[in-house]
Amino acid sequence: MSDGAGANAAALARAERREAQGLFLLCSPAVLLIAFVIFLPIGWLFTLSFTDEQGAFTLGHYARMLHPAYTRSFQTTLELSFLVTGICCLLGYPLAYLMSQVSKGWRAVIFVCVLFPFWTSLLVRTYAWLVLLQRRGMVNTWLQDVGLIDAPLRLVHNFTGTAIGMTQIMLPFMVLPLYAAMTSVDRDFVKAAASLGASPVKSFWQVFFPLTLPGLLAGVVLVFVLCLGFYVTPAVLGGGRVLMWSMSIERSVAVYSDWGAASALGVVLLVVTLGILWLMNRLFGVGRAIGGR
Amino acid sequence: MADAVSGVPIGRGRRLWLYALGFLILLFLVLPTIIVIPMSFTGTRFLRFPPEQLSWRWYQAYLGSIEWREATWVSLKAAVLTMLVATPLGVMAAYGLHASRSKWSRLIETALIAPLILPLILVSIGIFFLYARLGLNNTMTGLVMAHVCLAMPFVFVTVLAGLKGYDMNQERVARSLGASRLVAFLTVTLPQVRFSVFSGALLAFITSLDEVVVALFISGGENATLTRRMFTALRDEIDPTVAAISSLLVALTLTLLALGLVFGDRRAGTR
Repeated sequence: MSDGAGANAAALARAERREAQGLFLLCSPAVLLIAFVIFLPIGWLFTLSFTDEQGAFTLGHYARMLHPAYTRSFQTTLELSFLVTGICCLLGYPLAYLMSQVSKGWRAVIFVCVLFPFWTSLLVRTYAWLVLLQRRGMVNTWLQDVGLIDAPLRLVHNFTGTAIGMTQIMLPFMVLPLYAAMTSVDRDFVKAAASLGASPVKSFWQVFFPLTLPGLLAGVVLVFVLCLGFYVTPAVLGGGRVLMWSMSIERSVAVYSDWGAASALGVVLLVVTLGILWLMNRLFGVGRAIGGR
Repeated sequence: MADAVSGVPIGRGRRLWLYALGFLILLFLVLPTIIVIPMSFTGTRFLRFPPEQLSWRWYQAYLGSIEWREATWVSLKAAVLTMLVATPLGVMAAYGLHASRSKWSRLIETALIAPLILPLILVSIGIFFLYARLGLNNTMTGLVMAHVCLAMPFVFVTVLAGLKGYDMNQERVARSLGASRLVAFLTVTLPQVRFSVFSGALLAFITSLDEVVVALFISGGENATLTRRMFTALRDEIDPTVAAISSLLVALTLTLLALGLVFGDRRAGTR
């Protein structure tokens, strides 16, 4: 009797395993396509970055990155990324906070406004800034009409314009994880602080704010990492004067056909990006927060 | 005291500031994109708000240009094909991963969302390099293959989330009553996760339509996409035709978004 049951269980387990393998095959078309189109070329570029024209091993492409032309683009990229991330924190936190406080109807309105940029084309939004910020654009005209400035400001095709455009495009990536963190805060903590005599300001900074830090960190990491590899907006709003890391890569390929340099720059960008994500995941489990759980 | 009860940790006066600030930030998010629409109806070469004279001039310029029309056609074709390929692939992968709890699941999941995480510029030059060897640059096949890789993760993630909220026992019931796995999936599971499939497909369409960086490298000649031509036009001068195209794209996006909301409501109604 027990033997029969055991054999049955074994057969069932076998059948289940086979079925699991069959189901697993369903993933294979997607995995194979991505492996072929995304992973294979990146692996290829990785080997290229260590190979010279004769096909011998070299670290020359990486050594060349210490050249001022490249270090300047690293510096620009880091400056812009830090600046944009910082402004996104300052703008995103109040907005997410407002979203967590208002009634359901208003929350839906804010949600649509925050998600609207997600749905509209990146290029369209970038173009809009180009139109608004140009020399005879709306912003300059208004500022002159109001009398704040006498001559039009240089707002585009430079660092300022790039930073403004990038901030608007990155802001939703900051607001969404922040909002998720804020809604998961137990409001009883805040009430407890108030009932124990903490002023509103004190209970905000000492109770509420620390509890939302994981969301803030998730937003910071997400925005920073996206800024590091950003191409379209800096290329259009920078007008060739703001040279980002991604643009050095594009130029190495499109202008100089220098695949060694392009690969090395790309590999460094990849390692930095994955390194930041890995570190944050390790330290704070940010991956889960980004995953929107 | 009221603050303490509602759990709002800031005072009333400060809250007014918060509302004002929040309103300004929302304007900053939405207004720049919206304001291009009225500006696109200008009759002059300069884009102003409000436009000095209203006209269809730049829309006529867009429709009258063979180059823009061809690019639009290429983009729409690529977006539809991408959606048609990425949706089944994404649904299959999400279902396979959800139904089989294997020790490899985590790895597969990471591999499938990797295209969203990897720096796009690196992915782009990689694809360009690969396609140069395969003769796939400037072809529709190559463009769609690349866009499927970028769009599929969205389908995968949305459908996987949909499946997590679905009780797989229903499918087991159907199978215990004699339905094959495929029939059970198509008639029991799929109708119930259709909203996630639908929004995944929509995202796939929009991802392909809006994609710029990969298209810059691998689409050209008669297979140049709309975004590629727009990008090139932007680098040279501010062409008001692009404002007309931008407005059309925003209108299209908003229509799709509204469509998504309608389907979303229907789901909410059945639950």
